[in-house]
Amino acid sequence: MAPILEINNLFKSYGTVEILKDINVAIEQGDFLVLVGPSGCGKSTLLNCIAGLEPISGGEVRIGGRDMTSVSPKDRDIAMVFQSYALYPTMTVAKNITFGMKVRGVDQVTQAEKLAHVAQQLQIEPLLNRKPGHLSGGQRQRVAMGRALVRDPKLFLFDEPLSNLDAKLRVEMRTEIKSLHQRLGASMVYVTHDQIEAMTLATKIVVMKGGVIQQIGTPAEIYNHPANLFVADFMGSPAMNLIPAKARSGSAGTTIEIARKSGGSMVLTDRKNLSLPEDVIIGVRPENIADANAHSGPDSQEADCVIDIVEPAGADTYAVMELGGKHVTARLHAETTAAPGIKQRLAFDLGKVSYFAPDTGLRLN
Amino acid sequence: MIKWLEENTPKLVLAPSFIAVLIFVYGFIAWTAWVSLTRSRLLPKYEIEGFIQYERLFASPRWETAFGNLFVFGTLFIVIAMVLGLALAILLDQNIRTEGAIRTIYLYPMALSMIVTGTAWKWILNPGLGLEAMVRGWGFENFTFDWLVDPDKAIYTIVLAAIWQSSGFVMALFLAGLRSVDGEIIKAAQVDGIPTWRVYTAIIIPAMAPIFLSAFIVLSHLAVKSFDLVIALTGGGPGYATDLPATYMYAMAFSRGDIGQAASSAMIMMLVVFSIVVPYLYSELRSKDG
Amino acid sequence: MVDLSLAQTPHQAEGRTGRLILRWMLYILLLLFALFYLLPLFVMLTTSLKSLEEIRTGDLIALPRDVTFAAWRTAWSEACTGIQCEGVRPFFWNSVLIAIPAVVISTLLGAMNGYVVAQWNFRGANLFFSLMLFGCFIPFQVVLLPMARVLGLIGMAGTIPGLIFVHVIYGLGFTTLFFRNYYVSIPSELTKAAKVDGAGFFRIFWSIFLPLSLPIIVVTVIWQFTQIWNDFLFGVSFSQAGTQPVTVALNNIVNSTTGIKAYNVDMAAAIIAGLPTLLVYVIAGKYFVRGLTAGSVKG
Repeated sequence: MAPILEINNLFKSYGTVEILKDINVAIEQGDFLVLVGPSGCGKSTLLNCIAGLEPISGGEVRIGGRDMTSVSPKDRDIAMVFQSYALYPTMTVAKNITFGMKVRGVDQVTQAEKLAHVAQQLQIEPLLNRKPGHLSGGQRQRVAMGRALVRDPKLFLFDEPLSNLDAKLRVEMRTEIKSLHQRLGASMVYVTHDQIEAMTLATKIVVMKGGVIQQIGTPAEIYNHPANLFVADFMGSPAMNLIPAKARSGSAGTTIEIARKSGGSMVLTDRKNLSLPEDVIIGVRPENIADANAHSGPDSQEADCVIDIVEPAGADTYAVMELGGKHVTARLHAETTAAPGIKQRLAFDLGKVSYFAPDTGLRLN
Repeated sequence: MIKWLEENTPKLVLAPSFIAVLIFVYGFIAWTAWVSLTRSRLLPKYEIEGFIQYERLFASPRWETAFGNLFVFGTLFIVIAMVLGLALAILLDQNIRTEGAIRTIYLYPMALSMIVTGTAWKWILNPGLGLEAMVRGWGFENFTFDWLVDPDKAIYTIVLAAIWQSSGFVMALFLAGLRSVDGEIIKAAQVDGIPTWRVYTAIIIPAMAPIFLSAFIVLSHLAVKSFDLVIALTGGGPGYATDLPATYMYAMAFSRGDIGQAASSAMIMMLVVFSIVVPYLYSELRSKDG
Repeated sequence: MVDLSLAQTPHQAEGRTGRLILRWMLYILLLLFALFYLLPLFVMLTTSLKSLEEIRTGDLIALPRDVTFAAWRTAWSEACTGIQCEGVRPFFWNSVLIAIPAVVISTLLGAMNGYVVAQWNFRGANLFFSLMLFGCFIPFQVVLLPMARVLGLIGMAGTIPGLIFVHVIYGLGFTTLFFRNYYVSIPSELTKAAKVDGAGFFRIFWSIFLPLSLPIIVVTVIWQFTQIWNDFLFGVSFSQAGTQPVTVALNNIVNSTTGIKAYNVDMAAAIIAGLPTLLVYVIAGKYFVRGLTAGSVKG
């Protein structure tokens, strides 16, 4: 079967400014694709290009196998949910949801049926006769979803739909969108700048920066095997520790030497045989630096480190120290004995580290 | 074809207005500019002769009066209207209970035609039966107030009527500005114990700089265009003591039949307006793009 | 609004009476200014209700001893404007006939233009808007001569349709500006959502933007009506004996040199000419002010 959405060599520029450069993505029916990146990375523009709201400067967009490059938005069989919800302020909730059908000349009976179905699905029946101005943020969000759902399109597009909600509601709606996706089995493209949203929702993530795709992959791939320093730093919270180090190959594997603040260095040995250049940046996620007395895996290496700051966060305690001239965060037990200024024995899980080239920023292992 | 229509509807909708503006604003300005460089009199001629019309214009004592009046009138009108407008706005900003009613009274002259304003003030200021006669009737036999018929003073009656008409509007502008200043800054100043008048001079008024600029632009624009008021109040007289460029241009165009002079004086008016407005609009449009 | 009196609370004791006096002075000052603004209207009204005899012997600001509406009757239907002696009545209706179509057409065009510029941005739309904006500020003297010729060429010189045409053309800048500034504050996502819903250019305007536009329509209509009703320059330049608007007629009555000066008639005619815009101001003052400030504060 043809991919539900296929973007080939897409370019987009305003005048001489290139906003999107050579974008290639494809997703299958039922995929949940998340476009994530810092603001200004072009992710919203890409979504608008998929919707046909912005003309593209080169390449093609195919939906359901059909070339959509010069097809207007209304004929692309898509539905879209906007950041500001974009509810029509003078229409009631019911009219908002049925406006699209009315424009397309769907008969009244069908309109009423579909409206009732969607309203029931989203539990917005009591709101149908209200105007958007009288709804709370969460309710507006639901209505916007309803307007998209009622279309039953090939492809749903979401443009940062949760960013105007408060933190608690955002988590709630996130779960709801996820369950909606699982129930409908629909194909979705979702733009966000929030990497947690991306991780929790996606079946496939596209990380973008400066109009260029940095990496495409499943959440696990992106998280565990970031393709470059940007992705490593952007995805995950607290961010991955990126520590400058010296690598040397030996009989027992690869030794990694990291400078300490007090002078001298910490040496770790990665038992895998990696052919690394001498200068590398080693990427370690905070959860892969743990208390030594905890379950230390086969690839763990222990070392003493002087802790500078301790930040209890309830379930975990974060300890910050300085290694290789960088602040390095470790995620320790809530009951850890770590204290500021005190030496603590920590276990580094070398089975889960990434190596990057300092000059190109690309992944080495 | 349908697709083409669909894509170009916005442009097609804009097209008539675009063409109209090109012809009736920019085309006409070009026409006037062109004619101002010819020897046109009763009928327009189209052979360019250089700046003779402008030379005639600046040699004409009547134009000299009109152009000079523009600066006397413009300066007094703008300065007094701004000061008065700001003062009224600050007075009205002190939790006045009847603010709505007072504002309505201050602003209503702006709704009137300048012809109506001129007619009213002409009656009030006429020495025979107006203010002068009234004060003499009260027993001040030697009171004179005959500015309206005094060639040296008549221009000030126009200033007076123009201020009466427009100062309420300036007040409305400033009042809106006063109200738009961030309340938290003012609260912070009050907590710091800064006296009220200092809050105005140090915080609120500087924050209203854009409003001053807007008021200045609008008032200077009004000043250059004022035509109706002079016609109704003094008719440009006594003699041509209260002529403004606008009345000079009109007289040349429609009663003297001197198209060349009319065109060149209109061009000078436009230059004066644009030298004020263009930098303003340019910065406005730029700040919006950026 | 900011309560600046708060700032004075620290010095209470001797401040109380001082503040009361200040407060009284403030009110008296405001009242004096109110008198200044009201005086001309008051004088116009009382003068129009006096007989000529009383005007000659009485006081400018005295109330009329014998109220007479004779001057109003004369002003409305008998006063001479040049050779014609039918009062301001026919000219009043001329103004109505000019103002209503000109207001409707320029508002409609302005709404469409503003909608395009604000929501359908394409290459050149901003250039169009800048050209329009600069056009708002030209002194109309610079277009009088060519306009007179063009109106003659297309056979509209001295006609009411000719004046409507002129008012529409030179009102477009402001009406476009009003609507553009209003529509630009409406999120463009609304247009996008409607496009995805399948609505086209006119459908979006009709179903979504127009129902939102009542406030700006009121502002624009009031602004245009006031401008056109109060216009004198175009009226005096492009009309002839039978088609003059009321402002021109008023000026002619006041400046007609024949016979004795009937100040009461002049004042009655002036009030009649000013009444429609004054009424608009009293009824919809809020929108009037909004138009004034919107038209001048922000480009």
